[in-house]
Amino acid sequence: MATPTANGSIKKYRGKWNKVQTKHLLKRTMFGAKKEDVDFFASQSLHKTIEALLNTEEEIPQPPLNNYNDDKYSDPEIQIGQTWITANKQTGMEIGRRRNSFKSWWLALMINQNRTIKEKMVLFWHNHFSTETNVVDNATSSYKHNVLLRQYALGNFKEMVKAITYDPCMLRYLNGNNNVRKAPDENYGRELQELFTVGKGSGSHYTEADVKAAAKVLTGFRIDAKSLSNIKGIFDASRHDETDKQFSSFYNNTIIKGRKGKDGEHELDDLLNMIFAQEEVSKFICRKLYRFFVYHLIDENAEKNIIEPLAKTFRKNNYEIKPVLTQLLSSRHFFDDNNKGCIIKNPIDFSVGLCREYNVQFPNNDDYVDLYAFCLTLQQQTALMQQNIGDPPNVAGWPAYYQEPQYDKIWINSDTLPKRNVFTDRMINNGFARPANKKIIIDAVAFAQALSNPSNPEDLINESISLLYMMDLPDKEKQYMKEGILLSGLQGMMSDHYWTDAWNKLTTKPDDAANKKDVTNKLKKLYKYLMNLPQYQLC
Amino acid sequence: MKRRDFLKNTALSVALPTFLNGISLKALAGTPLMSALSNYMHDDKVLVLIQLAGGNDGLNTVIPFDQYNLYHTARTNIALPENKVLRLNGYDATALHPALADMQKLFNDGKLGIVQAVSYPKPNFSHFRATDIWMTASDSDKVVNTGWAGRFLNQQFPNFPNNYPNTQMPDPLAIQVGSVISTTFQGPAFTMGLAISNPSSFYNLIEGKVNVDSNTRWGEQLDYLEEMSLKTDQYANVIKKAALKVTKQSSTYPAQGKNPLADQLKIVARLIAGGLKTKVYMVNTGSFDTHAKQTDDTDKTIGTHANLLKRVSEAVNIFMDDLNYLQVGDRVMGMTFSEFGRRIKSNASGGTDHGAAAPVFYFGNKVKSGIIGNNPTMPTNATVNDNVPMQNDFRSIYASVLQNWFGLQPADVQSVLNGTYPVLNMV
Repeated sequence: MATPTANGSIKKYRGKWNKVQTKHLLKRTMFGAKKEDVDFFASQSLHKTIEALLNTEEEIPQPPLNNYNDDKYSDPEIQIGQTWITANKQTGMEIGRRRNSFKSWWLALMINQNRTIKEKMVLFWHNHFSTETNVVDNATSSYKHNVLLRQYALGNFKEMVKAITYDPCMLRYLNGNNNVRKAPDENYGRELQELFTVGKGSGSHYTEADVKAAAKVLTGFRIDAKSLSNIKGIFDASRHDETDKQFSSFYNNTIIKGRKGKDGEHELDDLLNMIFAQEEVSKFICRKLYRFFVYHLIDENAEKNIIEPLAKTFRKNNYEIKPVLTQLLSSRHFFDDNNKGCIIKNPIDFSVGLCREYNVQFPNNDDYVDLYAFCLTLQQQTALMQQNIGDPPNVAGWPAYYQEPQYDKIWINSDTLPKRNVFTDRMINNGFARPANKKIIIDAVAFAQALSNPSNPEDLINESISLLYMMDLPDKEKQYMKEGILLSGLQGMMSDHYWTDAWNKLTTKPDDAANKKDVTNKLKKLYKYLMNLPQYQLC
Repeated sequence: MKRRDFLKNTALSVALPTFLNGISLKALAGTPLMSALSNYMHDDKVLVLIQLAGGNDGLNTVIPFDQYNLYHTARTNIALPENKVLRLNGYDATALHPALADMQKLFNDGKLGIVQAVSYPKPNFSHFRATDIWMTASDSDKVVNTGWAGRFLNQQFPNFPNNYPNTQMPDPLAIQVGSVISTTFQGPAFTMGLAISNPSSFYNLIEGKVNVDSNTRWGEQLDYLEEMSLKTDQYANVIKKAALKVTKQSSTYPAQGKNPLADQLKIVARLIAGGLKTKVYMVNTGSFDTHAKQTDDTDKTIGTHANLLKRVSEAVNIFMDDLNYLQVGDRVMGMTFSEFGRRIKSNASGGTDHGAAAPVFYFGNKVKSGIIGNNPTMPTNATVNDNVPMQNDFRSIYASVLQNWFGLQPADVQSVLNGTYPVLNMV
């Protein structure tokens, strides 16, 4: 099927700045666009909004805690409520529990995110430098890997790649730890090129010999696990291949001279300098950012008028990430109407975004046991929808970001779509409960109360649609929602006031339980209906 | 073993240490519930509920002809002319609104009946609350979260939706024409009903069309999502299959869009004839909330209320005609309901305000036609406070349908309705 093209160049968008533009930008750069965030930024300018999203200083999050002691098990080293990242021992028992704690911690950071792009970028890099907690089997290094992604999320990409090379989590995941002079392991040397830097696009022509040569350069990097809490990657000169490494014509027949002893470590800089001299690196990363933030397909127009200038910016700024994001997210192309609402939400965006947009109340950090438990519930729901955070399917990340021709349509199939619907139904109807009557659930009345004129059924519907969707609905559909849901089949001239009366009674007669139930049920039906329509899958 | 098979296969055994809703099977063995369950699957009876949303003005629907003068005095500005109302064979005291010619014919042919003055103690005058009461079959002062048909279906198909659809019940238990499933079908944990959002989406389903303009990037994505949601609806295929078995329906239906109720009932007839084992269907039409100008200023036989009634009357008649044409008429029984009736005295705007009891129509080849109950008594000097008092509790109608149409034992009826109500001579 031919896909409609989007217009607009990479030039700065100077059109109107209103709630629609704000919502579009926030839905793409954060998890869902909360009403208060949209209101906050819509009253500013695009420039100030981008500035805030990219440059707000954020505190380093507190590390994950032991939330997992229970009747059957106590961590022998770490007390409940203390962080386990200082632990020096681990058995399978601790790893499993700490891994869940890590995932809960991460979900909580997304739910409680600041008004910045940071959490979305952490997810972007998680998908890019994919590792699996199940394979790595060391919660401490999965956590440290995540900290690294946070540290460089908006920093320098070239430095990030270097840091990833030393990352014990990646050294384990792609066997860098086993890459020794006598028996080089090519795994990381290959993925470094194929998935992390030059990619497999039409402009990438590295060879199998280049994979082998890179693997030789990378011999000697290994994990130092003498102390679990201080696990790190080091260069071990005794394992390093000190011969010269010959690269192909794609890399201008570069020879990386073998270095002796500890100096061998600096061959990594030679390798990265050689790789980053290829324009394809900048294009590959810009394409990936485009697919994540704009649209899955890059047509000729987008390649020439968006990717190429963006890649130039990337190179000109020595692979600093912020200038590229600023240019892309401020561009006329990004704000072209055809680029709005055209991404199928990934499961994290779908479920975390739901919680944020409806302002679902989670326990605060003091009640970490319940907070972590609810976050794990949410994480398990997203896993059912085929996005298990911390455990992408393989080193290439989630297929939605690379698998032609389906891309993000892959998220939706006959198994996952009903699961999304079951999840939204549950969040609006019963929520998820914990002992002592604690619950995460959408408060439909509170959501409606925050709107500007909820006593008018049409305003209520229109404003709800504009908060939850990127596109309007046909009038017939809205009329149906008014008459078939809010007014229960009443049609025509005199009926709107029945809703108005019922709504107003919430305040004037708060003790009228039957009325309260009626209004609550109608709102639940309305929001359930809105979330079941396919429009809700898009952002 | 599935619970259903378990029950079926153990209906005769006596002492099993197993519990069903807290009652031991020992007590249940050979009781009406067990026989209801085991007889049930062979039964092909269908109920069609027609909701007249908004509160239908019963007194201008079924006219107390024997008290015409008092009727006329109470509502002069909207009263139907004595010589225009439609008379009923064998029931001289009562007449119908002139727009109900088709229903008059059905009544005189013995295929339609009327239950007079249906309501419940302490009637509620809020549309929302009153609708909930009708749908949940609750007392006026009790809030119940499940629908009466939902409880009925949950009793007959325990554990739904786990392991459904299955070979014994491959079809939706209940179908609502409308996007949101009515409270009527709400079971204890899950809704027992499936919604077909509107007539055009039904035809899109069976013709395999989707609705969206794919000329935008989001439209193209939406296309895919809609297609996928049709495909994944586990019942979409059975519905499609049933619909496609019926290639011809009665030619008397009006063009689509002319009579929305007829459009809905046309789908119901098609699905019944296509072989769905679905037990209950629900359709709706409105709005009967006629606070003002319910008749034409000069000709009281036409206007808003007349149009609404005409739609119902025509639609029911065509539906019956089609069911017989499709040779499934004997399996189907239908009834109308509205959340309340309207005040005896009309208001100054030529309309009527929210009231209490009102008549219910029921129809089908196999019903016992006639009028159950008497005309409401018209007060001599009607005031705004005068309401039609209840003669028949609406739950008596549900009880009659459950017991005499679906063949439930009285104990099961009682458990569905949370109480005992007199059974009426409807079927």
